[in-house]
Amino acid sequence: MHGTRILDEADRLMTVCNSCRYCEGLCAVFPAMEMRRAFSDGDLNYLANLCHSCGACYVDCQFSPPHEFNVNVPQTLAIARAESYAAYAWPRALSGAFARNGLVISIVAALSMAAFILGFAALNDRSVLFGVHTGPGAFYRLMPHNAMAALFSVAFLYAILALVMSVRAFWRDIGAPVGGRADGGSIIQAIRDAGELRYLHGGGVGCYNEDDKPTDRRKLYHHLTFYGFLLCFAATSVATLYHYLLGREAPYPWWDLPVVLGALGGIGLIIGPVGLFTARMRRDPALLDENRYGMDVGFIAMLFLTGFTGMALLVLRETAAMGPLLALHLGAVFALFVTMPYGKFVHGIYRFAALVRYAQERRTAA
Amino acid sequence: MSSKYDVLVIGGGNAALCAAIAARRGGASVLVLEGAPKFYRGGNTRHTRNMRCAHDAATEILTGPYTEEEFWEDLLRVTGGQTDEMLARHMIRESKDILNWIVEQGVRWQPSLGGTLSLGRTNSFFLGGGRAMLNALYLTAERLGVEVKYDAEVTDLVIEDGMFLAARLKRPIGDETEIRATSLVAAAGGFEANIDWLKQYWGEAADNFLIRGTPYNRGSILKMLLDKGVQEVGDPTQCHAVAIDARAPKFDGGIITRHDSVVFGIVVNKHAQRFYDEGEDIWPKRYAIWGRLVAAQPDQIAYIIFDSTVVTSFMPTLFPPIAGQTVAELAGKLELDPAALEKTITEFNAAVLSGTFDHTILDDCRTEGITPQKTHWARKIETPPYLAYPVRPGITFTYLGTRVTKEARMLMADGKPSANMFAAGEIMAGNVLGKGYAAGMGMTIGSVFGRIAGREAARHAKN
Repeated sequence: MHGTRILDEADRLMTVCNSCRYCEGLCAVFPAMEMRRAFSDGDLNYLANLCHSCGACYVDCQFSPPHEFNVNVPQTLAIARAESYAAYAWPRALSGAFARNGLVISIVAALSMAAFILGFAALNDRSVLFGVHTGPGAFYRLMPHNAMAALFSVAFLYAILALVMSVRAFWRDIGAPVGGRADGGSIIQAIRDAGELRYLHGGGVGCYNEDDKPTDRRKLYHHLTFYGFLLCFAATSVATLYHYLLGREAPYPWWDLPVVLGALGGIGLIIGPVGLFTARMRRDPALLDENRYGMDVGFIAMLFLTGFTGMALLVLRETAAMGPLLALHLGAVFALFVTMPYGKFVHGIYRFAALVRYAQERRTAA
Repeated sequence: MSSKYDVLVIGGGNAALCAAIAARRGGASVLVLEGAPKFYRGGNTRHTRNMRCAHDAATEILTGPYTEEEFWEDLLRVTGGQTDEMLARHMIRESKDILNWIVEQGVRWQPSLGGTLSLGRTNSFFLGGGRAMLNALYLTAERLGVEVKYDAEVTDLVIEDGMFLAARLKRPIGDETEIRATSLVAAAGGFEANIDWLKQYWGEAADNFLIRGTPYNRGSILKMLLDKGVQEVGDPTQCHAVAIDARAPKFDGGIITRHDSVVFGIVVNKHAQRFYDEGEDIWPKRYAIWGRLVAAQPDQIAYIIFDSTVVTSFMPTLFPPIAGQTVAELAGKLELDPAALEKTITEFNAAVLSGTFDHTILDDCRTEGITPQKTHWARKIETPPYLAYPVRPGITFTYLGTRVTKEARMLMADGKPSANMFAAGEIMAGNVLGKGYAAGMGMTIGSVFGRIAGREAARHAKN
């Protein structure tokens, strides 16, 4: 019927669910399902990415295992979702990166950090690498600013390009038959829904993780992680503006905007991923795509590593450890950027696109 | 060995949990014995979706009003007067408060999904369905300190002079083989899953019945109570049956095996003959008659036959329709006599008068000159592919129960109230619902009488 076994299963489940509809008040997946009577690959990938994995429909379903109808929507959609990342990856040649994602991420991260360490060591004198540097321009004694900016711009732009191409393929697939561009209102609605993780709420009572009690705190940890990431991104952006517009060079004093934003973001990027990792380890295997352990943990680890090395750099920037820590931090960030289109990071992009599509469908239906 | 509680609740559905919570809130120590394993806990509540409560004004979850009087009139209509007016009116009055009380016990109502148009007027819907509702009640009960045991089948009740003393267990809990309690709340449902019992009234035909709920609704507690001198109420031979897909599992197919398509086509038996007016009345009102109609047909099987023009007129179905490019091909797949099915459809088509189709009202599309007539929504079946759903009787619940007072106290056969035995839910639904059904009423009976039974059981125990 469909291209893959998991899409066949997702189709079977959506047929079961569409003849029941008890879960229609829990999230966006079921109302979106109700707008269809049959499901194409694109429809199923859309529903899979609309699912936030709150677990409520599994706990609430009278037909979940051990019932013979074996309805497990969160797990099935989790697997379909992960497979969709590979299916829409750009360029196609790199979609294999999702197959053993944890390994790929680890290797890229290790190589990237090693390259920065070796690069610093090769280009700098020992006394510079392990020297104590303070005051404006201290970082750039290890790596010239322009080189740093050029390298990271290229990595970042590549990541953007790959993500845009991937999500374009996804959007085309889920857009049918209505198709067309996203309207402003739907985008604003999706930003709101994504920003507050509206559908990671178990229908209002809270999400499910380790058992049938709605005690899950992934939403909090996700907020810490996501907004931590945004704050760090904002810190870098402000610093870039300082550099080029005001001619002020990093490192900045602790009270200055880039440091404050970066420190707050860094704290989020440490606590958030630790919380998400703990929740991941405690999650009921019935709700999980167990084969994607590496992808889930790989991304969490990259975020943690970015936050942790960044905070370490902030705390120890006036000591001899600054050089090696800067290399590690830059290595982590570089690896984070280049693996963005080929790891769990894409979940945010696809889910956002699915939320835009859902907002659009709601408007059309209303 | 035996241990003693203030209140023992036997059963694990809506009524049982409302009773357990109310009793616990009344200060009693409470044990709940659920005969099913944890996953299948809650009997028919697992498969419910909404509750019917009276209310005087619109709320966030209901348009309104739905007055006590209107509720009573609806009940009177569906039961054809087979109801205890005093009990029924009491239940309806209490149902108003249940709308809020049940929320205080953790149950959530589904808010409007698209403006007030999507809200019901008479019934409010559980967010996430009946199992979500049950989960909330169990969490609340356990948080309050109610003890719950699963797979806890009761094999005997020790009752003396209308006084409950103890319940004997099939499998010991710890080293306890017997549970004593000051009060008993029996909320263990009916006997719809007990095929042998059904056979007493339906004969071998019961072997062809499908049971919509779990296999654990065996009615063993009901039987023990009636055997030990509790007065019975309700017609023992009757059960609520709808036509469900014949491909459904024997047990626990729940809501998703139902068919809403009868009014859009014709229904034939295994001889390819029509046997009842498919267009008699607006669908929800006549939903429940088709189970019994099919049960009366040979081999308890029938086929809803329609054509490709109406496929999107009803909810998508779990099992796809069986299709044939010709009537004969369809008949072959259904193992019906092709000539007989062709004749039935040809005669039906010839009898269809032209009219303006509108499935929301009793329209003027009808047949003339055939028996039985189709009095509304009759349209020719002539656009291939021809489609069919095979259906069998799907048994939902039974009407036989224990007679109770307004305090949910069981009455003994001699008319005296029991000192310490209370009943709630399907096991006593026959007091209010002598026959028929209207959506959400089972849950009203369960929550209202569950709460009353728990409160009264605790009061008795604490006095």
